[in-house]
Amino acid sequence: MKKNALVQMINVTKKFPGVIANDRVSFDVKPGEVHALLGENGSGKSTLMSVLCGMYKPNDGQIFINGKEVVFKNPRDSISAGVGMVHQHFKLVDSFTVAENVVLGSKKLGFFLRMDNVEKKIAKLSESYGLGVNPTAKVWQLSVGERQRVEIVKMLYRGSQLLILDEPTAVLTPQESKELFATLKKMTDRGHAVILITHKMHEVMAVADRVTVLRQGKSVATVKRSEATPKELARLMMGQEFESSAKREKKIVGETILKMTDVNAEGDGHRPKLNNVSLSVSGGEIMGIVGVAGNGRRELAEVIVGMRGISSGQIEINGTKTANKSPKEVIDVGVSYIPDDRLGTGLVPSLGAVDNLILKSYQKSSLGSGLFINLKKAEQYSKRLINDFGVRLTSINAPVSLLSGGNQQRLLLARELSEAPRLVVAVFPSRGLDIAATEAVHKLLLEQASKGAAILLISEDLDEVFKICDRVGVLYKGCIMGDMPIEKATVEQIGLMMLGSSQSEVKVS
Amino acid sequence: MNSPLRLEKRTSASTTVNLMIPTISVILALAIGALFLLGAGHNPVQAYSAMFNGGFGSVYGLTETIVKGIPLMLCALGISLAFRMHLWNIGAEGQLYMGTFGATWVALSFPDSPAIFVLPAMVLMGMLCGGIWAMLPAVPRAYLGVNEIITTLMLNYVAILWVDYLVMGPWKDPDGFNFPLTAQFSDAATLPTFGDTRIHAGLLFAIAIAIIIYFAMKRTRWGYEVRVIGRSQSAAKYAGMNIPKNIIIILVLSGAVSGLAGMAEVSGLMGRLQQGFSPGYGYTGIIIAWLAKLHPGAIIIVSILFGGLQAGGFSLQSSGVPAAMVSMLQGTILFFVLGGEILTRYRIVLNFRSKDTGGKSTWKQAS
Repeated sequence: MKKNALVQMINVTKKFPGVIANDRVSFDVKPGEVHALLGENGSGKSTLMSVLCGMYKPNDGQIFINGKEVVFKNPRDSISAGVGMVHQHFKLVDSFTVAENVVLGSKKLGFFLRMDNVEKKIAKLSESYGLGVNPTAKVWQLSVGERQRVEIVKMLYRGSQLLILDEPTAVLTPQESKELFATLKKMTDRGHAVILITHKMHEVMAVADRVTVLRQGKSVATVKRSEATPKELARLMMGQEFESSAKREKKIVGETILKMTDVNAEGDGHRPKLNNVSLSVSGGEIMGIVGVAGNGRRELAEVIVGMRGISSGQIEINGTKTANKSPKEVIDVGVSYIPDDRLGTGLVPSLGAVDNLILKSYQKSSLGSGLFINLKKAEQYSKRLINDFGVRLTSINAPVSLLSGGNQQRLLLARELSEAPRLVVAVFPSRGLDIAATEAVHKLLLEQASKGAAILLISEDLDEVFKICDRVGVLYKGCIMGDMPIEKATVEQIGLMMLGSSQSEVKVS
Repeated sequence: MNSPLRLEKRTSASTTVNLMIPTISVILALAIGALFLLGAGHNPVQAYSAMFNGGFGSVYGLTETIVKGIPLMLCALGISLAFRMHLWNIGAEGQLYMGTFGATWVALSFPDSPAIFVLPAMVLMGMLCGGIWAMLPAVPRAYLGVNEIITTLMLNYVAILWVDYLVMGPWKDPDGFNFPLTAQFSDAATLPTFGDTRIHAGLLFAIAIAIIIYFAMKRTRWGYEVRVIGRSQSAAKYAGMNIPKNIIIILVLSGAVSGLAGMAEVSGLMGRLQQGFSPGYGYTGIIIAWLAKLHPGAIIIVSILFGGLQAGGFSLQSSGVPAAMVSMLQGTILFFVLGGEILTRYRIVLNFRSKDTGGKSTWKQAS
């Protein structure tokens, strides 16, 4: 039992049916430090933190807070012990004000709500930590970054000594991330402790005091940041040396394949989501699209693949006008689509690999005749794809929901890329994947580009865009703010454009 | 999360579990029922043996069980089609009534036609009427998203009252002493039976439909579409499938099979249409389809077991136990079987903290 730790977890084990998510993990956080929890997806970071938040009961192990053993029966127990967690998906009520959200679920309130007192207290907290949160604003009016700060204020208001942030930068622009890190610094200066769950190395190197690396549910090392190198951390995280090898073989830019002219479209709920979008992508070219969530990224992909109608404008793919055509007609033009919702839209979770692989070809004459599907041929076809794309399966008929994220994505790519598409629309194709699987996805996309396909990559990871794209465009409130060759773009410029500056304002050199 | 009992999803259910749980459920139900029987002054052993004999204990009992099972099979098969696409067709009862209406119309309109014409026509009209009855809610569901649970259910009452009107009014048998029933069908309009039992050709319909559904779902492109749409509409849309068209097709087929159940019942068993002929076959079919996990083969078997429950109930009644008691026993059995069903998917986990591990907090699991 360490004397100076704010929180200490000893030999925490959490089992789920069939997996051990945490295997005797020990971990401690001191007041005034940022402790990064680094690990790939599925390494047990989120489970460990859910245990600390009282959302899961551990099967074994102890938790101490300020030297006293605690047993959390539910999240409320952990909140009253001073643990606050900011989840990836914010838990805010859109139609409430900031102040109403902050007191939501609080037990301290009396029968009469004195909102003016609450608002004053929030304003004071916000000011002293430099959060810039307006307590009377309605949540739906706020940007994603602001909502995250509301979550932080909520935790501070509840008196959290320890703040857990789960992949907080995933939804932020580079500038917003910097601001967040400055806020974290202010908090640690006042004795709060912060746990930062992340799989991004540069964040660890930028803000952490100590790093604990998790791999396959086990804690493999806890090191001081000052004594660690990114390379060493990556090796600890993956268990092996890793060198990125996804590179473009040769670059030929062919003729224009996707051409969008002044496209306007509405989102769900009839709010305008795309605003005079014009862009073109040529064969052999990879164009990256970045933007903060809610700025039309998904809608852009959906209008191209025929899953969303447009109100005006034109879309031409490979010389065919495809605006407001059905998904089937767009597929027939040679468009592949890798949706962000991999398990649910891209794949049918409860069906097996064969049924998922024939999803777009079950009507082809090569797989059957008349009313019938030739099951034998479907199986052969699937086995060939599984082999070609290196998908690892235990059984070709087991539900694909049982596969790892990386293998699910390989399966999806196998189906989408095997028919030599002319245009590939990929939305967050590496979301939730570990380093090796992300690398495999990048390789496959680069390979398609080398074969002459046009690729539109909607990404939430600027590193990915800089790694494989030829051009990058920024979406802000449904407008393309800029469209520039990757060599001329910088992270800062893109970050500013994601917040609404136009290309001329940020002076692309 | 403070409860000492917790349900945990089973990663996979073994065959043993799938067989054990219903067996234990039935035993428990019989034990509870025995208490009630004792309380009401009946001998539970005698009552149960009467019930079992009535359902399965004799050749006559067995044939009656199958006779009661036939409409259940067809209704459950029809329902299972819609359920595969997560369309909750609660309207099998109404579709069954409309099936009897269509078949009866043919039988009464062509009293002198030969069986070779009249029977196929009755099948067609029965299925057509059942299908149309399901199409009424299917079209608004497909294009406007109108909740099919409400609409299919409401149409049941319309169909039942429509048949009531016919048998009490225009179709009433003039020689029927004012009973609410139609005239007896001609021999040509009556389905053949097996030997001198009451089991009629409806059984063959049910078996044929089960086989067709099994292969259509497994081997056809359409069956594949149904499978994908049922499990993920967004994936189906993404793959370019026509979802509204498939919603209408599957609901119409679902209604048509229930309509066929009506045709078989009126032509094979009753030989005339009469008021209130169904003790809720269309509703029991929902439970059967669910318990059989929509598998067509399992539907046939489960339907026979449910038929046995009904046939057994009748002979229990004739051994002196009041009808209300019989219904209560049947209800108890259903309650336990359905309640136990959740345990094939989940298992109970006991949560408790042991104090004897030197202050260490441990949670042990038992299944």
